[in-house]
This record gives sequence, C-alpha cells and structure tokens, in this order.
Amino acid sequence: MMIPACRLADLPRGEAFRLDIDPPVSVFHTDDGEVFAIDDTCTHQDASLADGWLEGCEVECPLHASKFDLRTGAVDAPPARLPVRTHEVVVEDGMVYVRVSTDAPNLPPCVASRLAGGPA
Amino acid sequence: MRTVAVVGASLAGLSAARSLRRQGYDGRLVVIGDETHRPYDRPPLSKEFLAGTLGEADLGLEAEGEDLAAEWLLGTRATGLDRTSRALRLADGREVRADGVVIATGAAARTLPGSAGLAGVHTLRTLDDARALRDELARGGRLVVIGGGFVGAEVASTAYALGLDVTVVEAAPTPLAGPLGETMGAVVSGLHADHGVRLLCGVGVKGLSGEERVEAVLLEDGRSVPADIVVVGVGARPCVEWLEGSGIALDNGVKCGADGRTSLAGVVAVGDCANWYDPRAGAHRRVEHWTGARERPDAAVTALLAGGAVEPGVPRPPYFWSDQYGVKIQFVGHAAGADSVTVEAGAVDDRDVLAVYRRAGVPVAVLGMNQPRLFTRWRKQLAAMS
Repeated sequence: MMIPACRLADLPRGEAFRLDIDPPVSVFHTDDGEVFAIDDTCTHQDASLADGWLEGCEVECPLHASKFDLRTGAVDAPPARLPVRTHEVVVEDGMVYVRVSTDAPNLPPCVASRLAGGPA
Repeated sequence: MRTVAVVGASLAGLSAARSLRRQGYDGRLVVIGDETHRPYDRPPLSKEFLAGTLGEADLGLEAEGEDLAAEWLLGTRATGLDRTSRALRLADGREVRADGVVIATGAAARTLPGSAGLAGVHTLRTLDDARALRDELARGGRLVVIGGGFVGAEVASTAYALGLDVTVVEAAPTPLAGPLGETMGAVVSGLHADHGVRLLCGVGVKGLSGEERVEAVLLEDGRSVPADIVVVGVGARPCVEWLEGSGIALDNGVKCGADGRTSLAGVVAVGDCANWYDPRAGAHRRVEHWTGARERPDAAVTALLAGGAVEPGVPRPPYFWSDQYGVKIQFVGHAAGADSVTVEAGAVDDRDVLAVYRRAGVPVAVLGMNQPRLFTRWRKQLAAMS
C-alpha cells in the first residue's frame, strides 16, 4: 500500500519527516537530493531517527550514536545491533509516497513489549 | 607493523581493533583484557541491566559473526611495558612483543577509604559489579548513594523505580556542577526531589558503620544515615599504574597529543585512560565519555599506522547522555568555560528543556532534557563551528 507522506517541497534537504503510523516511518531528504524511507525507531532504544544526525546517506541515532544506512537499513556499530527496515519511496507530482515493507520490524525491546501489550 | 597489541577489551579497545582492520592493517592483532568477558556495553549497567530489563546477552558489543581475526587474551592484566622492545608483560607471566601498542585500559571506580570488606558496599564499573549490586537491590531496603554524579544519580533513579528507599549524599553544594555548571547541575539533580529521593548536599562522608555488613553512612556534620546497601559513586581514576617506569609520559592518565599519540613512538592511548590534547580548549582533557571511546580510536589508529605523518582532525565536541527518572539528559561541549546559560526551549520546571551555554556570546555547550530533536540540531551546529 502506498501511503502519502508529505510534499517534497515541504521537506528541505537535510531534513526528515516522521510518518505517524504504527510503527512510525521516517522519510529523509539527503543533502544530495535523494529521498529514502526507513523505520523511525532505533533498534536499540526508543529514539526517533527523524531527530537524528543526517550526514550523507547515514542517519545517526540522536541518543547513542549508532548509524543507519538509509539505502540498506544496516547499522554500522553497536549499541544498536539490528538493521531498520527500508521502505520504497515514490515521488509523483511533487508528493512523496511510501510503500511500507511487509517484513517484521526490528523494534527495541521496550517498544516491542509495549506494542504487544506487555509491561513497558 | 607485524604485531599490534591492544591493551583493554572494552569499547575503546574494541573500537581500536575494528579501526585497525578497517584501515587495512592485516598483521597479527592481540587484544588483552583484564576482565574475563567479551567486550560489553557499560552504560546499561546503571540503568536497564540493573533494573533487570536487559540481560547479559543484550550487552555484547560485537556484532553477530563479527571476526576481527584477533587473539583475545582475556582475564589477564598487563603489568608493564618495555619501552625499547615494546614488549608487554602480563600478570600471568606471559609476554607479548608488539610493533604497535594501543593503550585502552580505561578507568577504575574510586573507593572510600576504610570501606573494604564491609558487606553491602558497592562500586559500579564492571559487569561483575553490576551483577552483585543488582542481586542486592532485588532484595530491597534502604540504599544510600555516596556521590551525586551521573553514575550515582542513575543508580538512585533505578533503585527508586525498583521501590527502594533512596538517599543521595553529595559533598559539593550542587551535584553535577563540574560537568553541567551550578545552574543546570541544580536543575538536573532536582530530579531526585521530584521523585521523593532524599538529596543531602554540601556534606562529606566521614565513614561507614557496621561490623560485617554496613549499617549506616556517617556524615561529617555528625548525622548518621541508616543503610542496608551503599553505592560509592565518587568518580573514576585512570588505570595507568602499570605504565609507571615505562617512560611514557603520564599526567592525569596517559598524556597524548591531539591524535592519541603518546610520548613513546608506536604507542597510542584511547578511552578513559587517555588525556588527549584538545585543540579547541588549548589544553589536555581526559574525557570519560562513551562516545569518545567509540570515536577517537579511529584517529589514534590512523596516527599509529602512519607513524604520525598525518595532520590530526579536530574531534567532535564531547557528547554524553544519561537517563534518570524517565528523563533523557544529553550534553555536548564544555560547560567550564561558559559565562552564561540560557534556556532556549521548554521550561526548567517541566524538566523539558534545552539550555545553551555561551562564552562571550559564542555557544560552547548545550544541555537537553527530553529534547532530542533540538539537541541534535545544536550538536551539529556546535561541531560545525569548530
């Protein structure tokens, strides 16, 4: 399913837009003008990667400095040890759409247990 | 270089070993660690691990299947370094000859004189420390934390959440005044009172009472605070005693240049034990932050492999975080040189705040409480200014 995220004109280069679905997905507009979408939640702890440090094709988690590759979702080094999912992005008529991956997300333990209705 | 030895198998040592391989070093790599454990992450020891929400398997720093083709000598301490042969002596009698050495021996928790051997008294630095403390906290009771620094405050916060009766004793008038300055130190340490944790400031500890097990903490003003468990969180000292007599310059740790090179060719130092020259500050600064242990080894390894022929880059301003009572605390830069602190977003009373420290109008440090997005922007801005 393609979900409309935002207008490309409203997402300056170097910025991110968080799509408040469950789990949230973030769209990044790199300094080189490429647009990528990955899961918004760091796989280590409950932190929003849209709040992170975007540099090239990598975003650094705002809390603990693990970096995720926007193209592959791969993480460079702990504390996070699992990749985030990547999602297909389509830009059409100036609108950014995201096709959310059907893979299971790698959510951090505290978020996973909350979604499962268990103790936070 | 045919053999490089990394002394220390925690984050700084592991990061150095990774950088060596990433930068193309394909010779023999020996990693020496005094603990028996594979490299593990220390920040959760005072938080999620102590609370029981993370287990030991969650602490590993190595990726699944990661193989650095290194010889791991764990559970053995380095006891000396010969300056001419660059041979390392180990506590178990072995000797490792190396062409290059990375010193990453970290720091050890300071203890309270006279507290040795008394049951119920803990420090918190290693996984073994955390296991012992976690088991005691699980039994409940009255906890007294000596020292209102970050480790002490995080232990207090975790123990409060576990339902213990907690008191924090701090010798200085304001906790965290060193790293955060007086104003914001008072704000952050105000989290204790917000949650009904007692904070006693400006009073030193005279000693502990108890026969076999601790019973109370005796304060210098004559008060006695009953305690079932005591955590001593009064800072850490760099582990460099083993280098005395080696000829390596020591001064508050291993004295290093801006790229981690020591006074001895072929030897660099990284992490908590290393007192690097900070070109921004124009002085040596020993940084005990996780991020420094993670980022700086790369520069030190470059210098080691190049023999010093590279111009060192300016490292990012020091950054650390802390989690206390559900509040995410983040700090970047140096508070010491600031002449003003301004709240730029949020409100101090809400414990939701972004504060910028300035010196002569120029931002030198930023504190965030529950402000990750704005904080990251400021952190980038601060790095770009240098």
